[in-house]
Amino acid sequence: MKEKIIEKILMILAFSAIGLLLLITVFIFREGLPVILKSGLPDFLFSAKWAPTKGRFGILSMIISSLAVTFNAILLGVPLALACAITLAEFTPHRWVVVLKPTIELLAGIPSVVFGFLGVIFLVPLIREYLGGPGLSLLAASIILAIMILPTITSISIDALQAVPLLYKEGALAMGATHWQAIRYVLLPAARSGVVTAIILGMARAIGETMAVIMVAGNALKIPGSVLDPVRTLTSTIALEMGYSTGDHRQALFAAGIILFVFIMGLNILATTLMRRK
Amino acid sequence: MKFFSPIVWQLMVKTLLWSLTGLTIGVLFFIIFVVFVNGLPQLSWEFLSTNPADMGRSGGILATIVSTLYLIVIALVVATPLGLGTAIYLTEYTREGPGTRIIRFGTECLAGIPSIILGLFGFAIFVMAFGWGWSLVSGGLTLSVMLLPTIIRTSEESILAVPLEYREVSFSLGLGKWQTITRIVLPSALPGIATGIVLSIARSIGETAVIIFTAGSSLRFPNTIFESGRTLAVHFYILAREGISMPMAYGTAAILIVVILAINISAYLMMRYFLKKYS
Repeated sequence: MKEKIIEKILMILAFSAIGLLLLITVFIFREGLPVILKSGLPDFLFSAKWAPTKGRFGILSMIISSLAVTFNAILLGVPLALACAITLAEFTPHRWVVVLKPTIELLAGIPSVVFGFLGVIFLVPLIREYLGGPGLSLLAASIILAIMILPTITSISIDALQAVPLLYKEGALAMGATHWQAIRYVLLPAARSGVVTAIILGMARAIGETMAVIMVAGNALKIPGSVLDPVRTLTSTIALEMGYSTGDHRQALFAAGIILFVFIMGLNILATTLMRRK
Repeated sequence: MKFFSPIVWQLMVKTLLWSLTGLTIGVLFFIIFVVFVNGLPQLSWEFLSTNPADMGRSGGILATIVSTLYLIVIALVVATPLGLGTAIYLTEYTREGPGTRIIRFGTECLAGIPSIILGLFGFAIFVMAFGWGWSLVSGGLTLSVMLLPTIIRTSEESILAVPLEYREVSFSLGLGKWQTITRIVLPSALPGIATGIVLSIARSIGETAVIIFTAGSSLRFPNTIFESGRTLAVHFYILAREGISMPMAYGTAAILIVVILAINISAYLMMRYFLKKYS
């Protein structure tokens, strides 16, 4: 009898995660949906006019900024992360790997505000000095995000590379391939789905990052023309305006949250299905 | 590739990969180095034990440490039973099936939700709907949502690492299922579970976006959990972004990094010790 009750209680606890997920979805949609319905989804998504005081809520420039920052961060971060993953998984003696892998993973523990702060102090002046523009820019945000997503992508890619059966590599080496050829033509293709999952999770992290981006991106509300322009992403807009917004304006911020939520859920579901197919 | 023999090509690739790896690790050490060089000289007992004054321009960081501790305790008190319960149910009471798949899927999705969305959620439900306003309790509860997936995952892994024989022996001695779990399985899995909880503490300390919308940023010393409070990370963000005081900002950052590094390194060592014991 007692055992039965305990099992029931544990079962209820076990559904807390999925319950919270539903609750989050319900609350975000309940707060944000009215504004989207009022101005119409196309107008909300494809107008770049964001003027809360005049009741105009178009988030196109933020969507483009978010996507641009994420895309550039992936472009910069993935080659570095893959280089680290290949070096650590293949070219490093084991006793170094047990030290170096956790060291890279430590990067993931550094708070995003610290990344943002150091970005403002070191990176932004460098960009302003040598490349022009205000320094606070799409480029600065992309570089900081690239560093921030590096540990995630590296660590999952190392696991994916190490999960490839040793026989594959030995087969390639036995056929006379060099170590690098074995990596390039056998190991990497075999680990592809794991590496792609890593990149998708990195993307989800980059598009959702807020504090570091606010500090270095410059937060100008317009569609960026070059990587040196300041940008304001979906996340930064929510964080910057939440404190003082009321009424429709606040609902519009939740609506921007809905768009972000949908993007990220899409990426997460993609990553989970890829992971499972393996 | 035609121009070089495969051996020379491999050497070039290897050099390139090694330098990129070196660059990455260099960036890590640069970040920690800069924060320590500028921040450690600011630290003193007085810095830790006095309240901030003049918007944080002078004084110390005591109130922010207390707020941070309150938030962590609230978040863990809620997230640990939920997470541990989920992990026990998944490992001891069910087989893989549609039910567990839904729970796992929910956990993974929850882990992927960015903190700003959780902040919006916490604001909508605790600050507004429940009417608790910007307070430590709102912040702590929202934070617990963020920690739940980590605690579920690490607890599950630790419980799975406990050898099956332990349970079989316990059953054969006549212990019931729940007794076996509480007296045999959980004590054996404890170091692993503790690692998960310790890692969650490190994550909570560095978090800003979730907290700034739910716990607010009042600099006063919090007397109850229904008051607003400013955590270390939020304090650092405000000091740095509004340019209030660079020395204070560096000092706060140094505390953040020291604590987070210490926690992460000890958690890693704990986990290694734990896994070695059972493999």
